[in-house]
Amino acid sequence: MKSFVSKLCGKIMPLSLKEYREHGGFLGLEKALFYMSPQEVIDEIKESRLRGRGGASFPTGVKWQLVAAEGDEEKYVVCNADEGEPGTFKDKALLEGCPFQVIEGLMISAYAVGAYKGYIYIRGEYPNSIDLFKKAINILKKEGYLGENILGQNFSFDIEVRSGAGAYVCGEETALIESIEGNSGSSRFKPPYPPNCGLWGKPTLVNNVETLANIPLIISQGAEEFLKLGTKGSKGTKLISVSGNVVNKGVFEVEFGISLREIIYDICGGLEGNKKLKFIQVGGSSGACLPELLLDLELDFDEFKKHNIGIGSGAILVVDDSCCILDFMRVTTEFFKHESCGKCTTCREGNRHIIKAIDRMIYGSGTERDMQIIKDIATIMRDSSLCGLGQAAPIPVLSLLKHFKDEFQEHINGYCSTGVCNFKGEGKSHG
Amino acid sequence: MDLENNTMEAIEKIGNTPDKLIEVLIQCQSLNQQNYITEEQLNLISKGLNIPLSKAYGVASFYSMLSTSKKGKYVIQVCNSGPCYVNNSKTIAKAFQDALGISLGEVTADGLFSLEYTSCFGGCQIAPAVKINDMVYGNLTEEKVWQLVDSLRKEAV
Ligand SMILES: Cc1cc2nc3c(=O)[nH]c(=O)nc-3n(C[C@H](O)[C@H](O)[C@H](O)COP(=O)(O)O)c2cc1C
Ligand code: SF4
Ligand code: FES
Repeated sequence: MKSFVSKLCGKIMPLSLKEYREHGGFLGLEKALFYMSPQEVIDEIKESRLRGRGGASFPTGVKWQLVAAEGDEEKYVVCNADEGEPGTFKDKALLEGCPFQVIEGLMISAYAVGAYKGYIYIRGEYPNSIDLFKKAINILKKEGYLGENILGQNFSFDIEVRSGAGAYVCGEETALIESIEGNSGSSRFKPPYPPNCGLWGKPTLVNNVETLANIPLIISQGAEEFLKLGTKGSKGTKLISVSGNVVNKGVFEVEFGISLREIIYDICGGLEGNKKLKFIQVGGSSGACLPELLLDLELDFDEFKKHNIGIGSGAILVVDDSCCILDFMRVTTEFFKHESCGKCTTCREGNRHIIKAIDRMIYGSGTERDMQIIKDIATIMRDSSLCGLGQAAPIPVLSLLKHFKDEFQEHINGYCSTGVCNFKGEGKSHG
Repeated sequence: MDLENNTMEAIEKIGNTPDKLIEVLIQCQSLNQQNYITEEQLNLISKGLNIPLSKAYGVASFYSMLSTSKKGKYVIQVCNSGPCYVNNSKTIAKAFQDALGISLGEVTADGLFSLEYTSCFGGCQIAPAVKINDMVYGNLTEEKVWQLVDSLRKEAV
């Protein structure tokens, strides 16, 4: 375990500006405003090779450059605190542990790209975080950290907190922008991308909470310090949130390069009741399900990419062998069906039809053809959905089909070895 | 009458620009014992923010934390996402149905409770978890469900 981006969480009072300052708070902002040009700030972030922690792992400095390059007077920075990916609760640790650090990161990003206004979009399910941020912003306004000519410099910036209202898709950056504008959260067609045309049609930088919390540290300590953490291709640390059938659930900060096995057995104390591991799902419900075989994989963007999987939000769901693969697949697909915004056909209809095929298998009338149907629909969804929701919904489905083919076959033959599906031994008589 | 005044007050406090619609809807819903946004409120909001009624209704029905139909004083939301499922959320949902005598999606006759499924709300560390209004309860067992319902019933009188 490592203590870097989350080192102040639980150590200081979240709303004590004094304590935050005593622990190096706002040194990053001061350094940026007093001694660095916006371009120098961007260069420093590029040099740190920080990559987005919200799921897509996009190089942060490159994104900032895109927004900075836009000539518009009016630009926006947005902190994405929608954290809706099932099994993900790591941003909450930062939001409630050290709100000033997240805000400082957002302020530095605004200075770097030339924005005067920022939004923090916090999911409605986190009322405590919303309350804390409103208070934190008021404190900073009083102390001259927000408003006109911050710290006496030629930089003015203001932040507004916006609440989500229960929609997973609003974590997707264009849907999030729609939601801030007061609309239903449907993803927009891309391009144009938010750095060119985002909130109210203006260049907009959207960053994840954890990404932003890293910024003050990188600026105050220098990119060089940051580069010492992690692996060759993945720098820094990652907050992971572990859930499921594991002894110690929770949020942990780890350095890139740690293996999944170390996370699950050393940090989290292994499986509850010493049960046998069936699979882990990495990156939330939109992540791939990996069998025991892949547990020695190291947490590293490039290593993961070799296996065609992503680290996503850093959620790890541990599942023991009492779980029925088909029933689990139904639960995740049900989630996506419920959360689909309905804008494009493949995602809106695809999830429903996958569930229908799973149901046939679960209730004993499944055939080989249903397996093929699931595979075909999932592939079409992956390739043709408009946004990341519909593109990622098939990832767990396809990975389960790949690694647990036998269990599908078993259901076709009218048997569920975990005993979850209750047609045990009755063959296809239900069909 | 009260609801009308409070709704107008909420709009005034939050702001009457169209981008404030979601904030206004959240606030308005909380003004109501039955945790929903009435047609009357939607009309007031549409006038107050100068947007079509269809837009106000559309947004209110899109987001799952907002409701345009009556719910209970206590809105019980059982998480049915992956991590809670793995920790037996289905038994918890069943226990709530038994303890309340209603099915998912229904409101008890006394208007005290409504029961529904919800997506992950970040309580996975204490799965299986439920959200009741703004409170999160975790590490639930069937027994704890009955106790919880009991104590809420007592709290309500
Ligand atoms: C369906 C969907 C949900 C998402 N949810 C979140 C979220 O809750 N938080 C987040 O930071 N990013 C989320 N993202 C990723 C964002 O679109 C975006 O890539 C991210 O906020 C960029 O920040 P970063 O570069 O700092 O990672 C989601 C993407 C999709 C497709
Ligand atoms: S993929 Fe799904 S969530 Fe995304 S735009 Fe299409 S319907 Fe909406
Ligand atoms: S999965 Fe139930 S609260 Fe996260």
